[in-house]
Amino acid sequence: MHSVSMTVNNMVVSGDIEGRTLLVEFLRETLRLTGTHVGCDTSQCGACTVHVNGLSVKSCAMFAFQAEGTEVTTIEGVADGDKLHPMQEAFRTNHGLQCGFCTPGMVMTALALVNENPELTETDVRIGLEGNLCRCTGYQNIVKSILDGAKALRSQT
Amino acid sequence: MDTLIGENRNRLEDFTLLRGQAIFLDDIKIPLMKECAFLRSPHPHALIKSIDLAPALKIPGVETIFLYDDIVSFFGTNQMPFDQGDFVAPKWSYPIILPQYEVCFVGEAIAMVVAENRYIAEDAVNAIRVDYEPLPAVSDCRDGLRNDSCFVHQSSNRNEIGSIIATYGDCDPCFNSELFSFSLSLKQHRGGAHPMEGRGVIASYDPKNKFMCVWSSTQKPHKLRNVLSELFQMEEEYVRVILPEVGGGFGAKAAIYPEELIVAFASRKLGCPLKWTEDRREHFLSAIQERDQYWSVEVAFDSNGILAAIRGTAIHDQGAYTLAEFNIPYNCAYAVPGPYIVPNYHMEVKVVETNKVATVPVRGAGFPEANFVMERIMDHIANDLGIDRAEIRRRNLIPVDRIPYEVPLKARDGKPMIYDSGDFIGCLDHALKVSSYQEFSSQQQAALAEGRYIGIGVSNMLKVTGRGPFEGGMVKISRTGTVTIATGAAAMGQGTKTFLATICATELGLCPSQIKVITGDTSLIMHGVGGFASRQAVTAGNAVHLASRQVRQKALLVSSHILERPADDLYLADGKVQDKKDSTINLPFSEISKACSGAKGYPLPDGVAPGLEKTVYFEPKNLAYANASHVAEVEVDTDTGYVSINKYLVINDSGRIINPVIVNGQIRGGVAHGIGNALLEWMGYDGDAQPVVTTFAEYLLPTSNDVPNIEIYHFPTLAKNPIGVKGVGEVGTICAAATVISAVENALRPFNVQISEAPISPERLVELIHQ
Repeated sequence: MHSVSMTVNNMVVSGDIEGRTLLVEFLRETLRLTGTHVGCDTSQCGACTVHVNGLSVKSCAMFAFQAEGTEVTTIEGVADGDKLHPMQEAFRTNHGLQCGFCTPGMVMTALALVNENPELTETDVRIGLEGNLCRCTGYQNIVKSILDGAKALRSQT
Repeated sequence: MDTLIGENRNRLEDFTLLRGQAIFLDDIKIPLMKECAFLRSPHPHALIKSIDLAPALKIPGVETIFLYDDIVSFFGTNQMPFDQGDFVAPKWSYPIILPQYEVCFVGEAIAMVVAENRYIAEDAVNAIRVDYEPLPAVSDCRDGLRNDSCFVHQSSNRNEIGSIIATYGDCDPCFNSELFSFSLSLKQHRGGAHPMEGRGVIASYDPKNKFMCVWSSTQKPHKLRNVLSELFQMEEEYVRVILPEVGGGFGAKAAIYPEELIVAFASRKLGCPLKWTEDRREHFLSAIQERDQYWSVEVAFDSNGILAAIRGTAIHDQGAYTLAEFNIPYNCAYAVPGPYIVPNYHMEVKVVETNKVATVPVRGAGFPEANFVMERIMDHIANDLGIDRAEIRRRNLIPVDRIPYEVPLKARDGKPMIYDSGDFIGCLDHALKVSSYQEFSSQQQAALAEGRYIGIGVSNMLKVTGRGPFEGGMVKISRTGTVTIATGAAAMGQGTKTFLATICATELGLCPSQIKVITGDTSLIMHGVGGFASRQAVTAGNAVHLASRQVRQKALLVSSHILERPADDLYLADGKVQDKKDSTINLPFSEISKACSGAKGYPLPDGVAPGLEKTVYFEPKNLAYANASHVAEVEVDTDTGYVSINKYLVINDSGRIINPVIVNGQIRGGVAHGIGNALLEWMGYDGDAQPVVTTFAEYLLPTSNDVPNIEIYHFPTLAKNPIGVKGVGEVGTICAAATVISAVENALRPFNVQISEAPISPERLVELIHQ
């Protein structure tokens, strides 16, 4: 067993884990942050996307110990209590989700894309979303949500 | 009363989903719960000579391992409970819980490990030593029909286990006449369902109360409850199935699987809660698929392109077991005519076993394949006669003045197939108009001059929706004054809670957000059918509509007694029954509900039964047929074979629309699935029936760059049910592959390419271009 410690959603957390424990497993099982989902285990679907030190990461493709000392943000750290983040609100008002299983990963990827490029275009969004699979929506409303969310974030600053 | 039906409305489901607070199956944690993993066959067909569990059982944290013997000694059978339907599959094709000595597809479960956690359980699976003797396997269903073919099961004496024939009129004279004719061979493949969340089950047996509680990511919670009840011989009241948040279904979760039964069995045996969550590799190997079909059809038509007859055969890959009645082959055989007039028709679909996982419906349930056949036929007639493809379709569609139109076939429920609404030509004409179809050829000429190959495709579809026998809705005003709906309908992403709340809110004078909807909890509504066949808005929607109306009437009646006002002077608003003229005379829902639960010793008012609630099971008298016309514009890169879809347009008739936001979402998702079937999705097996596709790196689910923006227009005609609603869940999928392929073929007209298959890969397109 190894002890690991990191900051998750602004809280310092630690745990004793096996070396082979994946970051997503640590988040879901040890910390019980179950908003981050596992959709494929092989890093194609992106349902497990979180931020590590501000960058989007597929948490099924990273060991928990590799996140030692980092700042991790999961979907649970995005809203302000009961007040949705503008990106989440954009998904809600644009019907950017159906079953909602891929959605946490979509929102985390969306936030990373907007961080990198606040002025992103539809093409940027579509290219940026290639690593996140959705079976329900056909992506159109996800793309629209992200563009709307980006706009809302621009108007905030 | 103002209706909320038809308004654009954000969904009630989204707030929890967006914050990561929704509870999917794998998010549930019960104290003392252990986890399971399955040993699965690596062979398409083999005998199990011996199994050595010892090395696995030595691993710390491993609790136990269950095999065939454990199942049989407990249940007295190894047979999965199975609805035979009208078609009798041979004994060897019946699904089993665990195999005794013969495995018949890669991924077939052999043993289940119970351990402290999934990591340990998987270690143990890998440590089990099995001595297999491989046997020859059937991979291609066409090979399975050959006289010298091996058999899928040792106990088989044939691989063709059934045949579905749909027939009417007399085809043969049409082919010995002055009419035109051609024959056409088509290869189709649909692949897997692939909801982003796999299957999964938790079972918790309470030995003291002899009560079984099961959570399953399923499309049929009540069916699972019924199966468990029969298998364990426990009354329905002692088995509770709860549907957690479900991360999509698309058909993969509409079957009852061995894993659900084994986990429940093991929990009962061990007396502790157990969980199994499917991983993606398991979904590729062990969840149902649709797969290969090979069609050969002959078509007779006159010089105007009017159909005279279609006859032919299809070979359908059934997989190693028959999980349900032959529903895909049935739908394929019966759905070819669709919205068109086919005067004479004879189609035989041969059901052929292979050493692969079973096929049962994925979104569309055989209709996409049947549609592909019909729409390819239309394009071929057009090309043969040099008549425009849309015009050929127009000439053969059922005109609106022939509605209601009875197809000379019987639906699967034995009732006549009657299209009682729809304007198919109107829908197509609208599609042609809004897509500027007629102007496309000049654009095409201009593009060609620049060396670009663009094409347009148009297709029509029709889909049976709202399949019975029933769905229920329990609507209740509780003592708190809030309204709750319970239904056997299974929510899995279609906005079920939102549209049911909207229907109820309209009757009860509330906002949908004031209503709580519980889907798929068998303890709250005794009977249910579940989510498949685009059925829930029709069946559960009408049930909730009727139940809400009766609750409203009862609230008025009881209030009229208490307020001493005629019921006609009262109405429901803001959670109260109020006097129309004087709103200070009112009674809150909570008071009415309490009055209906009675006070000790005092009788309820005359004609008032206890409880302010009503359960209605809606039994549709007729199926609701939804239809649509699609138009796609594509560009093909003739060097790489890459197809980009530049424009996609849908004209849809799903009857009365409860919430356009949700309906449009369903259509877009459906089209995306069909685009996958046209260009991308391939569940590959090699010649020995060994899967060669087990991750999303190899199986190309459509991505954000593959699916274009989709323009949607509604062309509703009302269905003959109380709300007038038709289904939509599968409707977008049905003709999407046909539309895209037609457009690709049109783009490649200069190369005289004919496409007779789906999906079509870039490599294959390049091959066809150079032929």
